[in-house]
Amino acid sequence: MMEKLFTRLFFGLVALFLATPLVVIAGVSINEKQSLTFPPEGFSLGWYAQIFTDEGWRSALFTSVLIALGAASLAVLIALPIGYALWRKTTVFGRIVQLLGVSPFVLPPVITALGALSFWATIGSYGAWYTVVISHAVFFTSLPLVTISLGFSTIDREVTEAASTMGADNRQILTTIVLPMIAPYIISGFAFAFVLSLNEYIVAYMTVGFTQVTVPIKIFNALRYGYTPTMASISVLFVAVAVVVFGLVARFGDLPRLLGAWSDGGQK
Amino acid sequence: MSAPARTNASGQAALAFPAVMLAAFFVVPFGLMIAVSFFSREQGGFYTPVLTTANYQRFLSWFFADILLFSVGLSALVSAVCLTIGAPFTYLLSRLPRRSQVPWLVAMMAVLSLSEVIIGFAWSTLLSRTAGLSNLFVAIGLMDGPEAWSPSFTAVLCGMVYQAFPYSILVLYPAFSRLDPSLSEAARTLGASPVRAFFNVIVPSLRNALVATFIIVFVFALGAYLLPQLLGRPQHWTLSVLITDQAVYQSNMPFAAAMAVFLVASSLILVLLSTMFGGRREAK
Repeated sequence: MMEKLFTRLFFGLVALFLATPLVVIAGVSINEKQSLTFPPEGFSLGWYAQIFTDEGWRSALFTSVLIALGAASLAVLIALPIGYALWRKTTVFGRIVQLLGVSPFVLPPVITALGALSFWATIGSYGAWYTVVISHAVFFTSLPLVTISLGFSTIDREVTEAASTMGADNRQILTTIVLPMIAPYIISGFAFAFVLSLNEYIVAYMTVGFTQVTVPIKIFNALRYGYTPTMASISVLFVAVAVVVFGLVARFGDLPRLLGAWSDGGQK
Repeated sequence: MSAPARTNASGQAALAFPAVMLAAFFVVPFGLMIAVSFFSREQGGFYTPVLTTANYQRFLSWFFADILLFSVGLSALVSAVCLTIGAPFTYLLSRLPRRSQVPWLVAMMAVLSLSEVIIGFAWSTLLSRTAGLSNLFVAIGLMDGPEAWSPSFTAVLCGMVYQAFPYSILVLYPAFSRLDPSLSEAARTLGASPVRAFFNVIVPSLRNALVATFIIVFVFALGAYLLPQLLGRPQHWTLSVLITDQAVYQSNMPFAAAMAVFLVASSLILVLLSTMFGGRREAK
């Protein structure tokens, strides 16, 4: 009884800590006038409309979404063959490529950003739109790599062996068995990379900071050069996008398992 | 009999594209950054390829020793706070039914994916004089007038814990959810209180995982590049903030690169240490 009460209280405090900053920006975002006051004065959803009616914010959102779609697709294209090759056979070379895929995400983000800046500046592409797509893709490859590797590990070898005995060739096995089975893991990996790319600031800033404006760059500029409640409303929109995307991943996949719990509900 | 050989060959051929991409856009930029750290600065440009160790010499000063010490201390504190709250939290979370775990995991991932810009903005608003918590305390009569709590060291700490906390949960989660539940049940049956069972049975059996997580979260906190700048004063700037500042605002790429190389070296050593601990856990 005491234990349950303690757990409730503890969880409540953690939820409060996580929610409070978001509640405040949600409150700020519905201010009637152009001021960041809390509790909000008046009520208006005008700052949400502003995201789509204001040229600057709309184009920032559009830019961010395009970059994230491109980067997440490319990240999956890099991760999928690595997962496949390692599933086929674990080789030293495969392990090295896997390590390279995971490293950028583990290192401090400033490192990837600075490496990208030196690289693109040296080859003369600094500021080109595709630089951020490629650098984000490499930066976030580890996310689809983790989910896809997990997907491959769920495939029962006996199924593919049976197919092979029945006369299916590699290509048929790949398209009719392997790809459908790992499709949910590919989609989750894509979703993770997409949301993170959408929110990423420093790599985007150091690659295309002077030519393109993404949403995080625009919020940062607004923090320095003039507050507007639109930065709060678009932040709330970003939180909502993350919750919806991860909620969908959880709805159609096994989130606890994706995050590393055993498959059979913790019963061991 | 040629089938298995062909199978392996086709599997390895798949590595070509990822290997080329990662080599061209991660290994080469990384190597270039190291090279740039030994080059001279060019006013108004990026660098000139003239070898020098001046960037590293400049690093050997009290000013940077101070910043390094502050960065390490702050990150260790953030990691310690996250682990102190995160370990019991993850333990209790992993014992909930799967269905109830899911909303928490979704919330953790949502907060974790938030832009550092958004977290910084949210916390600076929360701790500001006009829109902050202090207004709430004034309203319920705890304070006389609203106060600005940001920028301050506490604000930096709150923001960084907020950012790193979900990360520490997600790093701890696999270890805790794979823990044999009969372990704590046995302790309880033998008469240990839940708190005692946690500290005397659970914590020791996950000791290596906890140490590894501490290091991983420490490196994560070391990477925060905006929060100390948005929520703190210049004396609260960390190495990551300084690197960004040198690269972007002072346009001194070689010096920024030298500091980055130093940051990578220290992070790598720590990550290796953490895998050593992690490896030992798996071997057990």
